Amino acid sequence: MTVSNQSVASGALVLPRYESAAGVHPPLDSPDYRSSALRHPKQPLVPLPQRLTEITGPLFGAERVGAHDADLTAGHPGGEPIGERIIVSGRVLDSDGRPVPDALIEVWQANAAGRYHHVVDAHPAPLDPNFTGGGRCVTDSLGRYRFVTIKPGPYPWGNHYNAWRPAHIHFSLFGRAFTQRLVTQMFFPGDPLFPLDPIFNSIPDEAARQRLISEFDIENTVPDWAMAYEWDIVLRGRTATVFETEEHQ
Amino acid sequence: MTAGLTPSQTVGPYLGIGLPWADGSFVVPPGTAGAVRIAGQVLDGQGAPLPDAVVETWQADPDGRFDHPDDPRGAAKPAVAGFRGFGRSLTDGEGRYEIVTLRPGALPTPDGGTEAPHLDVSVLARGMLDRVVTRIYFPDETEANAADPVLTSIADPARRATLIAAAGPDGELRFDIRLQGEGETVFFDV
Repeated sequence: MTVSNQSVASGALVLPRYESAAGVHPPLDSPDYRSSALRHPKQPLVPLPQRLTEITGPLFGAERVGAHDADLTAGHPGGEPIGERIIVSGRVLDSDGRPVPDALIEVWQANAAGRYHHVVDAHPAPLDPNFTGGGRCVTDSLGRYRFVTIKPGPYPWGNHYNAWRPAHIHFSLFGRAFTQRLVTQMFFPGDPLFPLDPIFNSIPDEAARQRLISEFDIENTVPDWAMAYEWDIVLRGRTATVFETEEHQ
Repeated sequence: MTAGLTPSQTVGPYLGIGLPWADGSFVVPPGTAGAVRIAGQVLDGQGAPLPDAVVETWQADPDGRFDHPDDPRGAAKPAVAGFRGFGRSLTDGEGRYEIVTLRPGALPTPDGGTEAPHLDVSVLARGMLDRVVTRIYFPDETEANAADPVLTSIADPARRATLIAAAGPDGELRFDIRLQGEGETVFFDV
């Protein structure tokens, strides 16, 4: 990229600009998700121009990741967790198709029985002493990531009568700029709970919703050992910088 | 509508499994000279504290520089050892968070203006399907705040005031985040 070079040459402070995510994310006021009722602003959002604080961001890499952090089945003295061992991998990309390298990803999930290793979770399903459910990794130079884990189970929750969450893994990403910060959930193909889940269906656009569903990934399965799912994550990309450069010159 | 972006989903109630960092609150290491503690509560539309939220901050260093390649002035290694620019604090049972940091410098804008010292803030929680973004400004930067292009874009002085931390004892700053209702914090579309 030549954004920095151009700006130095022209003497102007030329900043990259990240495209809008309008229409992609769920509205904060989503009445079918009852917990949103008291937790969404009533006042309209104020436009914040993207300036230096917004186009930069924390660049965390390998220093935040321990040896076993990308393998959620490892690190427990009692052995391996119960459940279907899976590999989850994919790429983190900008919306213009460029890989996002060296980017920290944090994940957390329920165990195979649909129970979280968390004091708040009162679901009467067994805890697994060999599964905590938190992990981290960093994307490589091509934006690729890979976790080993077990497939989480669906679980009931109190949103409405007989409410169940489709099985999912929480993902947290920084990208390379404050504008790119994203926390989301990855789902598994063919889940019968999709039409019934107000969190999944809070995403207004059907095509965007489908982008949260991973694909069965035969190529990355390990024979006699693990199934695999593939899921790419797309963060807000930069709009063309040429126009902005001309504008400032 | 942008093709291809991955949509946001809530962090849910179990963010405590995946997001805590032992040093999360410390944008600078404990004991750093000149460090300021910024603390407050995250509150819902009925004034109830959120025990399941996370507050994240991002800011320039005291010289107004970023250790980041996209800053057209060049990436600058922080002048203070261990300065990270980023803070993360999960709320406790009373909705309290805290960040220990250094006051950032002012920043130039592309049109020749100046932004007053500020922290960008993301708030995520159960019940929130996307993050909300706000800013923390400093109460003793009267002149810089009066010229800040973001603060001056907010016409209502009462709304503007929600972005300015309150001075507390021992140089601490208090910044509460009200998600809804009376005194609702200004949130941004970035």
